[in-house]
Amino acid sequence: MMLDWLPPTLIGVLLVLAGIGAVRRMNLWRAGQAEKVDILAGLLAMPKRYLHDLHHVVDRDKYISRTHVATGGGFVLAMVLVVFVHLFGIDSKILAWALLAALVMMFCGALFVYKRRLNPPSRLSKGPWMRLPKSLLTFSITFFVLTLPAAGVLPEGFGGWLLTLVLSALILMSLSEMLFGMTWGGPMKHAFAGALHLALHRRPERFGGGRSTGLKPAVLGETSHGVAKPTDFKWNQLLGFDACVQCGRCEAVCPAFAAGQPLNPKKLIQDMVVGFAGGTDENYAGSPYPNVEVGNAKGAPNQIITDGLIHPDTLWSCTTCRACVEECPMMIEHVDAIVDMRRFLTLEKGDTPNKGAQVLENIIATDNPNGYSPASRTHWTADQNLNLMKDVKQADVLFWVSDGAFDMRSQRILRAFVKLMKAANVDVAILGDEELDSGDVARRLGDDATFQSLAKRNLATLSKYQFNKIVTTDPHAFHCLKNEYGDFGSDALQNVEVLHHTTFLNQLVKDGRLQLDTFKGGKVTYHDPCYLGRYNGEYEAPRELLASLGIEVAEMERSGYRSRCCGGGGGAPITDIPSERRIADMRMEDVISTGADMVAVGCQQCTAMLEGVVEPRPVVKDIAEILAGQLIDRQSIEETH
Amino acid sequence: MLPNINVVSLVSVGRHPQSGRARRAEQDGRAVELGLNLAGNTLTVVHAGNAQEPVLRQYAGMGLPSLTVLAQESDCDALPALVSFLKDKHIDVVLTGVRAESGESSGMLPYLLAEQLGWPLVPRVAEILNIKEGEAEVLLALPRGQRRAVIVKLPFIASVDNAAQEARQTAFGPGLRADFKVLTLERVVDEAASQWQINIAKPRPKRLKVVKAKTAADRMKAATAKPVGGGGKIMKDETAAEKAQAIFDLLLEEKVVR
Ligand code: SF4
Ligand code: SF4
Ligand code: SF4
Repeated sequence: MMLDWLPPTLIGVLLVLAGIGAVRRMNLWRAGQAEKVDILAGLLAMPKRYLHDLHHVVDRDKYISRTHVATGGGFVLAMVLVVFVHLFGIDSKILAWALLAALVMMFCGALFVYKRRLNPPSRLSKGPWMRLPKSLLTFSITFFVLTLPAAGVLPEGFGGWLLTLVLSALILMSLSEMLFGMTWGGPMKHAFAGALHLALHRRPERFGGGRSTGLKPAVLGETSHGVAKPTDFKWNQLLGFDACVQCGRCEAVCPAFAAGQPLNPKKLIQDMVVGFAGGTDENYAGSPYPNVEVGNAKGAPNQIITDGLIHPDTLWSCTTCRACVEECPMMIEHVDAIVDMRRFLTLEKGDTPNKGAQVLENIIATDNPNGYSPASRTHWTADQNLNLMKDVKQADVLFWVSDGAFDMRSQRILRAFVKLMKAANVDVAILGDEELDSGDVARRLGDDATFQSLAKRNLATLSKYQFNKIVTTDPHAFHCLKNEYGDFGSDALQNVEVLHHTTFLNQLVKDGRLQLDTFKGGKVTYHDPCYLGRYNGEYEAPRELLASLGIEVAEMERSGYRSRCCGGGGGAPITDIPSERRIADMRMEDVISTGADMVAVGCQQCTAMLEGVVEPRPVVKDIAEILAGQLIDRQSIEETH
Repeated sequence: MLPNINVVSLVSVGRHPQSGRARRAEQDGRAVELGLNLAGNTLTVVHAGNAQEPVLRQYAGMGLPSLTVLAQESDCDALPALVSFLKDKHIDVVLTGVRAESGESSGMLPYLLAEQLGWPLVPRVAEILNIKEGEAEVLLALPRGQRRAVIVKLPFIASVDNAAQEARQTAFGPGLRADFKVLTLERVVDEAASQWQINIAKPRPKRLKVVKAKTAADRMKAATAKPVGGGGKIMKDETAAEKAQAIFDLLLEEKVVR
């Protein structure tokens, strides 16, 4: 009996089935909204994006990055060669030996995958993912044996029909996973969707070390706003969701998840897939949303997401800290998706929880979230002798005060910063009552109409004056000014440097314009504000400033790009979704575990959140306050001499 | 929600106490909220004034498919337009705020409307419990969280107190898309008002409060106790004539009637 035809036929059939699956899957993505993408350039850039950008993120976990290179690289190479050697039957010893080498590489990688799966951490999904290492091993062993005759190691026809039959069965098993599963929704889907997602990413600027963190403006005035149904996402957002490998790295860093709020970014992305592919979440085998049972969520491409697929509380739990996005090896954009869905809830349903409605109403009526009189915005400067732009028309530095102007605690930070600027003789002015809320909170709460109105009015004010730099102590306002105001066709900020106060102060210190005394107040740690670090990449200036005072920062385990959010972003304190623990408390525990006596911050909102933790706890101070305390006043020295 | 009830909520342009900016008026928002809870989508919301006023979109954003505007200039009197819109329409309930946040803000509009339409007025409503068989059971808001239940015959006018349910959040999208029905009814220039000179009121300095209470319990008592008027008198068993005489005497005494 001759069964030589069987293996190539199986390979061929599964390849065809995989092709059909691929087309079907692509049609699911295409149900999304149109979005312009340079497809050709993306596809050409894809290998580089994989090797450089994706690998860069994966490489934070050395174990899995090496494993993945061996397994994934081995598989791709092996699969190509399988087609030549076994499907087309090209008789070449070199190809056969190359195939054997690729399979060995893959086999070694798969062994490590297997080992990781022996006792998997809770962040990894189980279910079908548990059988993946077995499929990988089967694939490599099967094709290894099948290739031996072609390589001349074993005689042609070795083992007879029995071996061929056994090998065919194994081919069917492993290729079903590797090819069929790739396009029909198995774990290997991540390779197919992931590759295309890298090529057709909605934020191509992120590749090559770039940064793209500003939210995209909502189109206003259409028949609906925001994302109501899965098909309201852009098509390449849907594709992005499909790329998820369920590695759970996002889950592991999410502050809302850790606090026991009903949010798990990994599950959220999987629910998005359930939504656009249709079905339920009963096959989901990872951690649930805390305290929410898995299996009851239903979705369909044209069904309202918050009607049965995702509870609104899940969306409102997010602090928009971007830890998940930073950590995701597939470069999936969780925050974009969450805010897109919030836009629908706020702009269409008028359903922002808790204080949300009140805050938005205040912002609309008074341009600040607490409804203070707009005429009292400048009261804090009564004793500060600050120039108003209205009077001077131009200055080197425009100090963007932000809504901290209304808050007594934040005013201490503002005053400290002014003191430093005066000491350095900075030519500075403020907008005074002409300044409005930056729109950060409104935008994160989904009210893009109000954000855009504020942005445009602020830009109109800014365009009246001349300045070289705009500096703010509020990283949220900083992010809006720097990364989001650019979308509204104004040249008010063209050729203007937008700086956070730590960056600016660092320049002053480096230029020798500030005389500072050594700090002797004990151990200090530093909390990276998300909107300064992950959103804007500024990790160094605050640390250099502290170093300039002779402070050696006692780093927290989660610092820099891995900093844990304080819970103050994304309007989370306003929507206030119930949790088991407070995010700020968890962050303070991080601080305490360094043994620090003081935590330095660079954000008034972080200050408020961390100071809200019950005492005894380390002191919380903004870097401006710490510096101002160590300022050697030139004048007073001169006077005493 | 009650079917087959014709409810109209009247809305005006409010004024934010801090910024002075136009906004959805507190009480008018509550009047719309109450109307929506009574009549749902069949609620008619009416504004007499400028149809271009952006604040109207904030009312519409509460989920109104449409809003009726009786177009008139700012120097016109809203009353005649509203009367001619409301009469002969088989309306059951008209809801207004207690007083407007801008303009004259006299709080007279519901009374004048009631007078001209010949309907009863129920002032400071906290809640309308139910409406059946031509009657409504209404809760009036009294000071210190007290309520009084009254029964009124339809049709009637009610002014909605701050104690009524807060207005729901307004949503941008529906507000933007709501259909405005602009009607041009009789426009009557408010001659009297056009003679007035209007100044910004200065807040009167507050008298310092001397806290006499020594303990928290005393303060609680002071904050919650009913003011004990000395002159009150409860008449239960007297005849109607006697009761009327007592009221009349009081009105004379207080110089309400001369
Ligand atoms: S979203 Fe990204 S980080 Fe989260 S599980 Fe999926 S691939 Fe991993
Ligand atoms: S942005 Fe932060 S809070 Fe929101 S899902 Fe991601 S990690 Fe969680
Ligand atoms: S307050 Fe600070 S830590 Fe918290 S979200 Fe904002 S920037 Fe991040």
